[in-house]
Amino acid sequence: MSYLELENVTKIYPNGTKAVNETSLSINEGELMVFVGPSGCGKSTLLRMIAGLEDITGGEIKLDNRVINKVDPSERDVAMVFQNYALYPHMNVYKNLAYGLKNKGESKEEIEKKVNQVAELLEIKEFLLRKPGQLSGGQRQRVAMGRAIVRNPKAFLFDEPLSNLDAKLRGQVRIEIKKLQKQMDVTSVFVTHDQVEAMTLGDRLAVINEGVIEQVGSPIEVYEKPATYFVAEFIGTPQMNFINGKIHSNKFISDGFEFSINKDVKDQEVIFGIRPENLKVSANGSIKIKVDLIEKLGADSIIYGYDKSNNYLCYRENGNTKIKANEEISLEIDDENYHLFDQETKKRLN
Amino acid sequence: MSRIFRITVSHSILIWGVLLMIVPLWLVFASSTHSNSFIYNEGMQWKIGGEFFDNYDRVLNRKGGFTKEITASGIFYNSFIMAFGIASLSVFVSMMAAYSLVYFKTRFSTLFFWLIFVTLLVPLELRILPSYQIVSDLNLLNSYAGLILPLSASAIATFFFRQYYRSIPEELLEAAKLDGANSWKFFIDFLVPLSKTMIAAMFIFMFVYGYNQYLWPLIMTTSEKYWTVVMGLKMIYGGNSVDRYTYVILSLIPPVIIIVFLQRLFIQGLFQSK
Repeated sequence: MSYLELENVTKIYPNGTKAVNETSLSINEGELMVFVGPSGCGKSTLLRMIAGLEDITGGEIKLDNRVINKVDPSERDVAMVFQNYALYPHMNVYKNLAYGLKNKGESKEEIEKKVNQVAELLEIKEFLLRKPGQLSGGQRQRVAMGRAIVRNPKAFLFDEPLSNLDAKLRGQVRIEIKKLQKQMDVTSVFVTHDQVEAMTLGDRLAVINEGVIEQVGSPIEVYEKPATYFVAEFIGTPQMNFINGKIHSNKFISDGFEFSINKDVKDQEVIFGIRPENLKVSANGSIKIKVDLIEKLGADSIIYGYDKSNNYLCYRENGNTKIKANEEISLEIDDENYHLFDQETKKRLN
Repeated sequence: MSRIFRITVSHSILIWGVLLMIVPLWLVFASSTHSNSFIYNEGMQWKIGGEFFDNYDRVLNRKGGFTKEITASGIFYNSFIMAFGIASLSVFVSMMAAYSLVYFKTRFSTLFFWLIFVTLLVPLELRILPSYQIVSDLNLLNSYAGLILPLSASAIATFFFRQYYRSIPEELLEAAKLDGANSWKFFIDFLVPLSKTMIAAMFIFMFVYGYNQYLWPLIMTTSEKYWTVVMGLKMIYGGNSVDRYTYVILSLIPPVIIIVFLQRLFIQGLFQSK
């Protein structure tokens, strides 16, 4: 059931920049939708339009069957967690949490009850009388979450809330957010440029590029069946390998190698994509590379090298690899997991 | 060794600075406690004399001027009212002006800001005739309002508030909007408490500015009831040295009260924001 719905939403700035272009998307009740994309792709603009911080040039946004295009931000029943938290520096944590409720005209007792509940949930009770300046990054993050939760909104909006935390804390908070969101079952939109965050948090992802949603789907769908060249390139580290070539009678032909495809694709110029983990070393593999660089990450080894036509390719192997630099290796392609994209439209072909 | 040397040097510079501020004041104060003839013969004094109460009582309560309507205490009162009025009004007006310049983005807000800023080039002394004309047309000659109003729009304070508001992150406004704060609430609940320090600093600055006014009150007051401090120094206590010293010391009290009072706020603000 669609709960938060975007219909042909467009944002054009006064200077003519098109930040969001005719975007449509429906988000189900209780779902955590992640907007992911490179910086400047319009994902934050889209989120801010939902929040009401940015005017909508065209289209419609509906929340719980109500068009909220012209509704004042405070009346939309959404709560936002900002990248730098935007805590009120001159108010203590209690007042930070209570401010929105106070403006809604709730009674003192009611406010106190709600704030205490949320403080307990987030384990920030002991900080209630401190000012944001006296808290650590992680604690501030919690307060920012608390400020959103305490209003009991119809939707949570997260604008890259983890990017100011250090790597270790980010992992912890990520899990906490996921748990909380499931526990409270509130429809949420989470904006990030970090694909690990996107993959781990989202029930579904919307991969956005240049103001357009390239693909919407579960993290695994997006990873295994990227709909466009951009998605294939953006999701996954190390990046997918791409080789230009053409299809001729169901055979992919490039300067370096040939590969029979097991689906019917008409003859045309294509980009062939293969993820590093979908290659394996094999004596009669079709791709021959000269190893240039090896990264040993402990659990994995990442091997980089050039093929005959000077494509820089990457191959992932488990554990501590025996392969050495400058060695020549042959790689075989997993015939279940490869991707073909049209060179013109950049759309997926198989 | 070098540390001790550094401390000695820095402390002696500081002590020198303190002396530079304190010594003239002490000289004036010590001299104001002697009799006039003694000062006249011996010059300024380092030691306290025995005439403290006589001198201060005489200076505070003697009626001066031509019409004998005003005393020094009345003068200090006038100046305090004037300076307090100028300071509070100009802080209030500047805050509002800066708020509208920063947060209500119209196409011309930068132009408006520069127009306000350019008025720094046209101080009161330059526009004193038109100002007089306006105040006189409004029937405000010889009134506190007439003393205060023409001086209570401050471009420099507007500038400082504007710069400060611009440094406040945009997200704070956005978060407040989502929390249901309208423009007025954002001003009262956020900008005012956040700029406490700035308010205190500007208040002190504008108070001293108002307290030091000479030309404007001189021109727009004909009644001696409205004389202010600097005028009084010239008109009533211009002759006798001891009375002059006493008057100077007394005239320091109102601004010192303001500074002492606001300094606590000022320092509090500094620590709270950290």
